[in-house]
Amino acid sequence: MATELLMPALSPTMEEGTLAKWLVKEGDTVSSGDIIAEIETDKATMEFEAVDEGIVGKILVAEGTEGVKVNEVIAVLVEEGESADDIAAPAPKEDTPAEADATHDSAPAAAKPAAPVEVVSKASPDFPEGTPMKTQTVREALRDAMAEEMRRDETVFLMGEEVAEYQGAYKISQGMLDEFGSKRVIDTPITEHGFAGIATGAAFGGLKPIVEFMTFNFAMQAIDHLINSAAKTLYMSGGQMGAPMVFRGPNGAAARVGAQHSQDYAAWYAMIPGLKVVMPYSAADYKGLMKTAIRDPNPVIFLENEILYGKSFEVPDLEDFTIPFGKARVWREGTDVTIVSFGIGMTYALEAADKLSEEGISAEVIDLRTLRPIDYDTVLASVMKTNRCVTVEEGWPVGSIGNHISSVIMQRAFDYLDAPVINCAGKDVPMPYAANLEKLALVTTDDVVAACKEVTYR
Amino acid sequence: MAPRKSPSKPASQANVSKDELLAYYKDMLLIRRFEEKAGQLYGMGLIGGFCHLYIGQEAVVVGLEAAAKEGDKRVTSYRDHGHMLACGMDPNGVMAELTGREGGYSKGKGGSMHMFSKEKHFYGGHGIVGAQVPIGAGLAFSDKYKGNDNVTFAYFGDGAANQGQVYETYNMAELWDLPVIFVIENNQYAMGTSVARSTKSPSLWERGAAYGIEGEEVDGMDVLAVKEAGERAVAHCRAGKGPYILEVKTYRYRGHSMSDPAKYRTREEVQKMREERDPIEAVRSILLTGNHATEDDLKAIDKDIKSVVNASAEFAKESPEPALDELWTDIYADEIPQHTA
Ligand SMILES: Cc1ncc(C[n+]2csc(CCOP(=O)(O)OP(=O)(O)O)c2C)c(N)n1
Ligand SMILES: [Mg+2]
Repeated sequence: MATELLMPALSPTMEEGTLAKWLVKEGDTVSSGDIIAEIETDKATMEFEAVDEGIVGKILVAEGTEGVKVNEVIAVLVEEGESADDIAAPAPKEDTPAEADATHDSAPAAAKPAAPVEVVSKASPDFPEGTPMKTQTVREALRDAMAEEMRRDETVFLMGEEVAEYQGAYKISQGMLDEFGSKRVIDTPITEHGFAGIATGAAFGGLKPIVEFMTFNFAMQAIDHLINSAAKTLYMSGGQMGAPMVFRGPNGAAARVGAQHSQDYAAWYAMIPGLKVVMPYSAADYKGLMKTAIRDPNPVIFLENEILYGKSFEVPDLEDFTIPFGKARVWREGTDVTIVSFGIGMTYALEAADKLSEEGISAEVIDLRTLRPIDYDTVLASVMKTNRCVTVEEGWPVGSIGNHISSVIMQRAFDYLDAPVINCAGKDVPMPYAANLEKLALVTTDDVVAACKEVTYR
Repeated sequence: MAPRKSPSKPASQANVSKDELLAYYKDMLLIRRFEEKAGQLYGMGLIGGFCHLYIGQEAVVVGLEAAAKEGDKRVTSYRDHGHMLACGMDPNGVMAELTGREGGYSKGKGGSMHMFSKEKHFYGGHGIVGAQVPIGAGLAFSDKYKGNDNVTFAYFGDGAANQGQVYETYNMAELWDLPVIFVIENNQYAMGTSVARSTKSPSLWERGAAYGIEGEEVDGMDVLAVKEAGERAVAHCRAGKGPYILEVKTYRYRGHSMSDPAKYRTREEVQKMREERDPIEAVRSILLTGNHATEDDLKAIDKDIKSVVNASAEFAKESPEPALDELWTDIYADEIPQHTA
């Protein structure tokens, strides 16, 4: 009986990888535990071990192949006497189950009315029309932003767990140790409380630290320094000294990592005067806002997203590209309903807008990008035009950013509203592990579509 | 690397000059009289909230400041008035901060526990027990990064010494050879909890051994002993040998803060300390017995200090409350529009 070897998922968010190297060739005998290939994910190069024993009958994916999907058959093991030629090359498998999400199942059937009033505006307000662009992942954009700022300013340094020799737990700081040395790219012990305090002291002492939390879940051990030490000292000192620094790292749910590794802290930090809070969606915004964050003379909480790290976007190919805080970006213009979101929530907001347009509903989609300060004016101007608003975020519903936006709209644009504002948020539960329950706990494109229909009375 | 085992050693008075002794005497007396005045103003309702007096512990900061040079930094807890006066901050500005007035170091927005002076390299005044310890190591990190030979004094209490972040900091400070002196002001109580009721460790400084940090115990009622130990610590740090721990045995005469009924110790215990171990009396007696000063000289000094303290109280009463629009300033360094709806 032949055994198919499938491209393995080597991290919770891995969807595809590079088959870097085969360590066996056709005809070799392998036994369980042998290392048969090296696979490069977006985070690291990993060794792939054989689970079964047998003879390598056929190698179906050549080494060096990029973009091999998880679960694709990469080789076939045969038994003694069996020939690989008997085996028909199998078709690539479907994507992982997690990929086949509910939105696919409920995709609209064929004939839908064409969107009548669609105006799609992908123009960014941050750089002029005609700027040369290059395609980059969020991960690359972040690294470039930090490296550019470190070249520019000697006092900027990066510290955190695994940022230097390991090249970053999520490979964000790849190559930075080589370029800047161990004085400026510093591996710390696993002591969030301690190193957040040391970095804050270093900022008081005139440096500009970038502190990487492996994820923001672990920053809860350090939150006293983020708030009591970094955010409040400028005020408590009557303006004498503050903490020019950036606390950054992945925030929110990754995939299937359970309750303690999936929390979205956007609303928590957005509450704190003295902090600035950034939660970008696109690679261009990651880059421009990170550079601004490092230059900002205040403590900045920079909330990244693991799922977005590997996504590619167009990034302006400029020598020095920054984006000011407090300016939302209108990703898509529309007339019937305003969808306000930020970070990974934008994925659902934009998908929902696409779906709605197929049903003749024109949604305007606003990416807040920074949560402190918030660009209320852009939101209010849009709501005054569309008269309806839906907010989208991954975090919990109580005390959410959506709640706050709703309150501002109620106070400043009450007479313009034709329907109550609906907040789409994560469900009010700790994140479950089971795939089906996790899907239920997260905000979905369908939630957003349903909410938009509700406020437009469709 | 083995930590030094040090029985608290009496300081030698041999090569201490008259001027030096007089300077310590004055500095300690200023703190004592200032704190007594702050206690009065609190009783009159002019100072509010929490107010933690330093009376009894004066030799600690005065001795260590004598070992410091320009550029060295310090950071401490909420019990911070003494540290500010000892590093040369203006008594008027400190007292006016206590009364919450515009003339205070933080324009009245910080209060007793939160005062700072960039000019004097005083980085607070921290209200969260233990949080100043990594901050102190971070200040030392900034000096090492810049490549100068400044050191940082990070002061904390015996209670704070049980906080986890202290040990996270010990580990990194030694790992990175940070020029920071951890000063444990062991006044034997954390609010109402005696050291014996909070730990079975026989000594606090020896915990540094687990991280390879050298240190010693010091008699904190003897300003000369503190200064000598401070000089050893400073020399160690300036030589690039990493952090050093001083556990300074001291005693606070007053309650933890102004509203402490002090049921956890006897009057006799406090009285005995005052009578037998008072750090100011000790220097006074050296001055007199060594014929460095007469009773009249010391009376004159006392009178001068009283007038400085009285003037600070006057200033603190006269200084206006902060303007109402101060509510909205100093939240962001670039004063961008606030997060208001
Ligand atoms: C994290 C934290 N927990 C509790 C308190 C309340 N508190 C303030 S002072 C104090 C006692 C600290 O004693 P110690 O460290 O010995 O310093 P001392 O007051 O003796 O100078 C406590 C429990 C606080 N401010 N911060
Ligand atoms: Mg104490």
